[in-house]
Amino acid sequence: MSLEKLNDVIAILNEYDNNPSKLIPILQKVQQKYNYLPQDAMTFVANSLGIAPSKVYGVATFFSHFSIVPKGRHIIKICDGTACHVKKSEGIINAAKKRLNLTDEKHTSGDFMFTLECVSCLGACGIAPVAVVDEEVHPQMTPEKITALIDAVYAKEKANA
Amino acid sequence: MPKPNLAEIKNAYDKHYKNITKKIIICAGTGCVSSGSLKIFEAFKKGLEARKINVSLHISEGCREVYLTKSGCQGFCQQGPLLSIGDIFYTKVKESDVEELIEKTVLKSEPVERLLYKNPADGKQYAKSEEIPFYKKQTRFLLRECGKINPGDINEYISRGGYFGAARACAEMTPEEVCKVISDSGLRGRGGGGFPTGKKWDLTRLSKGDKKYVICNGDEGDPGAFMDRSVMEGDPHAVLEGMIIAARAIGADEGYIYVRMEYPLAVERVRFAIKQAEEAGILGCNIFGSGHNFKINVMEGAGAFVCGEETALIASVEGERGMPRPKPPFPAQSGLFGRPTVINNVETLANIGKIMTIGAAEFRKMGTAASPGTKTFALTGHVCNSGLVEVPFGATIRQIVNEIAGGTANDRGEADLNAFKAVQIGGPSGGCLTKEHMDLPLDFDSLKSVGAMVGSGGLVVMNDKTCMVNIAKFFMGFTQNESCGKCVSCREGTKQMLNMLNDVSEGKATIKTLDLLDGLANVVKVSSLCGLGKSAPNPVLSTIKYFKDEYLAHIKDKTCPTNNCKALAKYFIDAVKCKGCTACKRACPAGAIGGEVKQAHKIDAAKCIKCGACAATCKFGAISAGG
Ligand SMILES: Cc1cc2nc3c(=O)[nH]c(=O)nc-3n(C[C@H](O)[C@H](O)[C@H](O)COP(=O)(O)O)c2cc1C
Ligand code: FES
Repeated sequence: MSLEKLNDVIAILNEYDNNPSKLIPILQKVQQKYNYLPQDAMTFVANSLGIAPSKVYGVATFFSHFSIVPKGRHIIKICDGTACHVKKSEGIINAAKKRLNLTDEKHTSGDFMFTLECVSCLGACGIAPVAVVDEEVHPQMTPEKITALIDAVYAKEKANA
Repeated sequence: MPKPNLAEIKNAYDKHYKNITKKIIICAGTGCVSSGSLKIFEAFKKGLEARKINVSLHISEGCREVYLTKSGCQGFCQQGPLLSIGDIFYTKVKESDVEELIEKTVLKSEPVERLLYKNPADGKQYAKSEEIPFYKKQTRFLLRECGKINPGDINEYISRGGYFGAARACAEMTPEEVCKVISDSGLRGRGGGGFPTGKKWDLTRLSKGDKKYVICNGDEGDPGAFMDRSVMEGDPHAVLEGMIIAARAIGADEGYIYVRMEYPLAVERVRFAIKQAEEAGILGCNIFGSGHNFKINVMEGAGAFVCGEETALIASVEGERGMPRPKPPFPAQSGLFGRPTVINNVETLANIGKIMTIGAAEFRKMGTAASPGTKTFALTGHVCNSGLVEVPFGATIRQIVNEIAGGTANDRGEADLNAFKAVQIGGPSGGCLTKEHMDLPLDFDSLKSVGAMVGSGGLVVMNDKTCMVNIAKFFMGFTQNESCGKCVSCREGTKQMLNMLNDVSEGKATIKTLDLLDGLANVVKVSSLCGLGKSAPNPVLSTIKYFKDEYLAHIKDKTCPTNNCKALAKYFIDAVKCKGCTACKRACPAGAIGGEVKQAHKIDAAKCIKCGACAATCKFGAISAGG
């Protein structure tokens, strides 16, 4: 583990007084920093808190918010909760998958630009179907709109490159 | 700690407010923010300042002229962005409308007619929100302030009578007296179970322990529900007040609010509200000079539906995997870190302060004898006006769907009362109600008697183009995915039920499958450890009960009456509409389409793999799937 990473994780652990009952907030902070949970960081957290690495791994794989593999630069969340489902969110998910060449097993695009997450309910059911691209909520989605949103992010990345 | 003088704060607020001549409230709930309400807010600020009009964003010493403020969710989400200027209410406002709104409504008090809400049914226009059927037919008791006040201003909450109940409970009442008021009110938990809140508090009060906790359950996992989110975002102090009173009643000095991670705005608003309350001396040490201490922590969930279950939630606050524990012991005896704990839902807690203010007898005037008070519902799916609504217990589906939501919407989104097929209540743990239940008074007990439940309050309306097998499959997929895996009957049972439902929707099932499905559903229902497994079979059982014909059509006739199940679709080409362009023929991966150029084409049903590629390619809409 690099010294820099070590210092980051130690700072997070100190923020929570190395308290094992704060494992979840600690992992949330680590994930916020690296956008996933690197294995060495998880092991270090376990040793520092005096708990088994398997327990940290158990928690990290139990909750859907945690990822133990790297994610793309941009996160697209498409809601497939009840309200969105009855408003045909399936077609939107398929359109995004098609645009990014993803499958049921592959959630991150080959160029690590996008990770697609299907979530159940973003709490914006009144404007279903809903998608969230990098924290921005988009109402009343269609397959065409999601493809356009992805294209727009690609165009922006290209302009900034 | 300063001892807050609520009356003084209220008087000062009211005095400063008198200098305001126009109040502009812009909805900053999640729905309206996503359609651009924050940009509208900025445009107002800029437009007013450019005209040298005095704009205040808070009510304080020296404010005058225009008060520009953001509110929480106003509920009418589908019509957003929403805003009101004085008592004129506007819907679907765009940034480009702001100049006209300032010129006409702010400066001259004239309405801008094209932005007023127009009822699609009769074309009638409404200038005031209270007159719109969507609002008029509701009883907004719990949501009274939600969408009216600025959630970021504690003084505005106090000016509306907030925290007076908490002050009285802490400084003037004994814990027994507080529990008695809540018991007398008949308040039942809004988190799904409907357990009497007063009784829960009393049990925890009597539990021995040197430390006790209060937990607010803001996990709101039911997909299709967003009431708790709206309350946390729109009226966070009401939740804090409820927790303070609960803490007083049981003798707790620490509390947790557990908010699901999909709700970043709720987390932000709740955190800010806690900070303001601490600064005002309402949270912290010796609150209201009563000698009691109470502090509140916020914990963000990490994405697991089962963590809404109280013992699983407690496990995850302790840093464990969110798996439920067997009960007893109940949290009232041994909860968080083994201490007596009260855990209540957001909406339950938001009721408490109001009950302390109006009294138990007044509260009981709303709702039914066994389910007093009101309930918020997230009304979504195929309705004309989806959004957040509140009605007294005992209201009917007919009132909610037809009168408040403006009726069922058909496939084209038009109002069509005949299009109503069913409504799913209580999400993946609940069941469906059909036309025959239109006039059933909704309360905890009546819903249980028909195999559904209030649950969290998600109401998803489905029109006649919805396949009920597909819906049952959808919910089973959800619970199967969210099952924590601890007990066999839920882990394996949901998986097998899902397999069987897949068979039904793919035409592979026999009549035996249906019996097996029904039998297994009943086994999972009685033998699972926690409420997730116990209630997982409900959507299956209730759809089989009310829509058996639809199951039989899939099983016996191998057709999906609503044409949703892809594997059962039969594609055909309308010979009149077909121009013989050959596009479909080229798109078909199975070589199932035949026909000459400029002649009507035909699909060979034996070769067709039902991929739908032809229908997607046809420019003339000549290809459709028929049941
Ligand atoms: C699978 C499952 C999920 C639940 N999800 C929630 C939830 O999201 N929010 C909630 O308040 N209660 C939820 N509950 C109910 C809680 O266990 C608990 O009964 C409730 O928070 C108690 O509060 P109340 O008495 O105020 O209703 C859930 C229960 C189960 C079995
Ligand atoms: S179901 Fe999609 S936002 Fe709630």
